[in-house]
Amino acid sequence: MAAEQNEQHIVSYGKLIAVWAVLLALTSLTVWISRLHLGVNRVWGSLAIASCKGGLVIAFFMHMRYEGRLLRWVLFVTLATLSIFIGVTFFDVLYR
Amino acid sequence: MTPIVRPVTVPSFWNDTGKSGVAAWIFSTDHKRIGLLYLYSVLAFFLVGMTLGGLLRIELMAPGRTIVGPQTYNALFTVHGVVMIFLFIIPAFPGAFGNMVMPIQIGARDVAFPRLNLLSWWLYVLGATIIIVSLFTGDGPPDTGWTFYLPFSERTGTNVSLAVFGVFIVGFSSILTGINFVTTIHQLRAEGMSWGRLPLFVWSLYATAWVQILATPILGITLVLIIAERLLGTGLFDPGRGGDPLMYQHLFWIYSHPAVYIMILPAMGAITEIIPVFSRKPIFGYKMIAFSSIAIASAGSLVWGHHMFTSGMSDRAILIFSFLTFVVAIPSAIKVFNWVSTLYKGSISLEAPMLFALSFILLFSIGGLTGLILGAAATNIHVHDTHFVVGHFHYVMFGGAGFAFFGAMHYWLPKFYGRRYAEKPALAAWVLMFIGFNITYFSMMLLGVKGMPRRYYDYLPEFAPLNLVSTVGSWILISGVILLLINLFRGLWKGEPIGNNPWGGATLEWTIPSPPPTENFDADPVVTHGPYDFRKTGMP
Amino acid sequence: MTGPHHQDHAGAKLGMWLFLATEVILFGGLFLLYAVYLARYPHEFATAGREMHLVFGTVNTVILITSSLLAAMAVTAIQRDESKTAVRCLGGTVFCGAFFLCNKYFEWSAEIGHGIYPNSSRLATGSPGESVFFSLYYLTLGLHGLHVLIGTALLAVVAVRVQQRTIHASNYALLENSALYWHLVDLIWIFIFPLYYLLL
Ligand code: HEM
Ligand SMILES: [Cu+2]
Repeated sequence: MAAEQNEQHIVSYGKLIAVWAVLLALTSLTVWISRLHLGVNRVWGSLAIASCKGGLVIAFFMHMRYEGRLLRWVLFVTLATLSIFIGVTFFDVLYR
Repeated sequence: MTPIVRPVTVPSFWNDTGKSGVAAWIFSTDHKRIGLLYLYSVLAFFLVGMTLGGLLRIELMAPGRTIVGPQTYNALFTVHGVVMIFLFIIPAFPGAFGNMVMPIQIGARDVAFPRLNLLSWWLYVLGATIIIVSLFTGDGPPDTGWTFYLPFSERTGTNVSLAVFGVFIVGFSSILTGINFVTTIHQLRAEGMSWGRLPLFVWSLYATAWVQILATPILGITLVLIIAERLLGTGLFDPGRGGDPLMYQHLFWIYSHPAVYIMILPAMGAITEIIPVFSRKPIFGYKMIAFSSIAIASAGSLVWGHHMFTSGMSDRAILIFSFLTFVVAIPSAIKVFNWVSTLYKGSISLEAPMLFALSFILLFSIGGLTGLILGAAATNIHVHDTHFVVGHFHYVMFGGAGFAFFGAMHYWLPKFYGRRYAEKPALAAWVLMFIGFNITYFSMMLLGVKGMPRRYYDYLPEFAPLNLVSTVGSWILISGVILLLINLFRGLWKGEPIGNNPWGGATLEWTIPSPPPTENFDADPVVTHGPYDFRKTGMP
Repeated sequence: MTGPHHQDHAGAKLGMWLFLATEVILFGGLFLLYAVYLARYPHEFATAGREMHLVFGTVNTVILITSSLLAAMAVTAIQRDESKTAVRCLGGTVFCGAFFLCNKYFEWSAEIGHGIYPNSSRLATGSPGESVFFSLYYLTLGLHGLHVLIGTALLAVVAVRVQQRTIHASNYALLENSALYWHLVDLIWIFIFPLYYLLL
């Protein structure tokens, strides 16, 4: 049967710590940016940074980089569903 | 309620573990026992809901107050709706037949997480208990309608918070079932059981499980928000404090429209098993039926706004939701055409399961087509919140999912009891139900077109004749249900024993003894043919 | 063919990810409301955001990211059969979780002291958008805090079981899944932080 072939991948301490350092750097970046006066774009900018951080956590801390197709699909379908729920609601909210 | 007596004496899951006390049932992790626990629980709530429905109809029998006043009527339809939706039809198929049949159909010994499975039944029981408690404590049973619309559900003095909390718990139970089923179907298929050989009932449960996983959490958070609104005064839906009541409706229907598919998809799956068996013909369009289950599940999560056409939502949103609603009709119609094509030139035998399946096609089609009248923004305005809507959704949920559930009971329960019901009374029950059903609900649709609103205990005198007809219809319907249940369960206890394969089915559950042993299969099955390949079953 | 044990492990992981999916959608409902109300009240949200304690938010971000690192390291440690390291990492995570909750306690006390809480007279008389902002803030962070509490308790139990050797290199699904749960808590926070604390 087609069980996912994930021979347990071990992520080294060094790699995890490197990811942690990047996450902290991105945190400082987002705090710094929020101090600039960028208007509405600020929200989008900080969301973009948050998505990068989230991506790193998922890929390395949560081992998604080393998982098979099935789990990636689960993740994709979940995020797609949520964006649809939010996106379609805006057809009402934006045009009322 | 628990059936502790064993119906047949051959070794089976009723007795082969040597454990048959109440505790051995309510703490069992065997998928078949849990399935039966679900079956009896949802049937009990169906009977409660049916009684309340009957009372609603009696009140509407004549204009003015007949048996109850307005406040009691409000409580009655609220509790009727909550019980029927959350305690009967949503858990009915996945909980009862999903649990009993699906693992066997994929050649597994149990679901992926048996203990989680038991937990989800217990959560269901807990949630149901909380709902029942909420009816008799506080300041009276909720009177908001099953939709709990704000701001009314925040203002009403009735016991909404507790009832909502109970529904929250039941929702959690539904999520756990979904997680369990997706994992089971991915991980535990027997050797040779490829995705292209999955019985279509399993496909439909798979699509349903995804809806349970991805939509139910929105219900969870919505219900939490109602409680927060009532207890903390968060004001998120209160225009006076910057909130927007329409956002409540959005959140509620983001879940509750897909929930309609939790009810109907497995029902479609079940009749897709029944129709080819009683036509002695392979299903027509296997791939299209499997695909349309997935298509219904995904497109179905884009149409929730069709419940809000008159709410003050933006015109653009109305247009888009109306269009998308028509799109979902396509995969549903695909299924109908495939069922009908399966019947074509089949050697059809009109036994009880088949009668329910055939009436499902008709009643579901009526429900679906009237759904298009409601889905078209223009006609919706005319019939919105009238008895037309009540008629429509009973055609889908009762004529569709409900009839399929009764069909599935006649089709599968003999397998798990090793005995069968008597055919003639079953046919009589079906006739009564079918006639009663149409009288009851068709009248309601006519009343709706004439403008009788829903959720009122009283009406204008000109609506009196059809209301009387509808109420009489409900008596015929209810007597049919009672006859059906008596005949069915009498047969299951005392009826004729049956062999492994009374109907000539080709799916795996018909290859093992009736009733099945606890482990289902002596040796792990190896699947070599498709689920509707009747040549291999030794049946003509 | 894969052995039954391997299959259990893959199944447990799939089940966990599906559960995480439900959590994402659960919080998603609150983020949906946030998005809608931000679109409607951009200025009120900005004014309200200025009242937030950036220091608390930033410190808690660092704490959670670090705790997430420790949880991930615990998984690596158990895979390498280094139980002692695993226990230490888990201990660190639990400590971070508790620390986070303490901060939260002080932060909320300060805010409630200033009369900022749902239905408070201050918010009732202020602008409508502000009241919506703080209601969402309390609900979202409250729900998140509940998850931190559950996750901390869960990881504490796991640490004890690693210590007792009932979780070890060839059977660590519980540890892995608890770590996944903890990462999710971190993940949600990563989005909460800019949306509530950085809307200056
Ligand atoms: C036994 C036969 C049944 C009868 C006689 C019956 C009768 C009724 C009536 C008269 C109403 C309308 C109340 C009003 O708007 O004034 C109603 C509402 C409703 N029924 Fe039924 N019903 C039956 C079975 C079912 C079943 C099987 C389901 C679902 C699976 C169901 C689900 C609902 C729901 C969701 C409502 C709406 C409640 C609300 O407005 O909040 N009913 N029923
Ligand atoms: Cu709908």
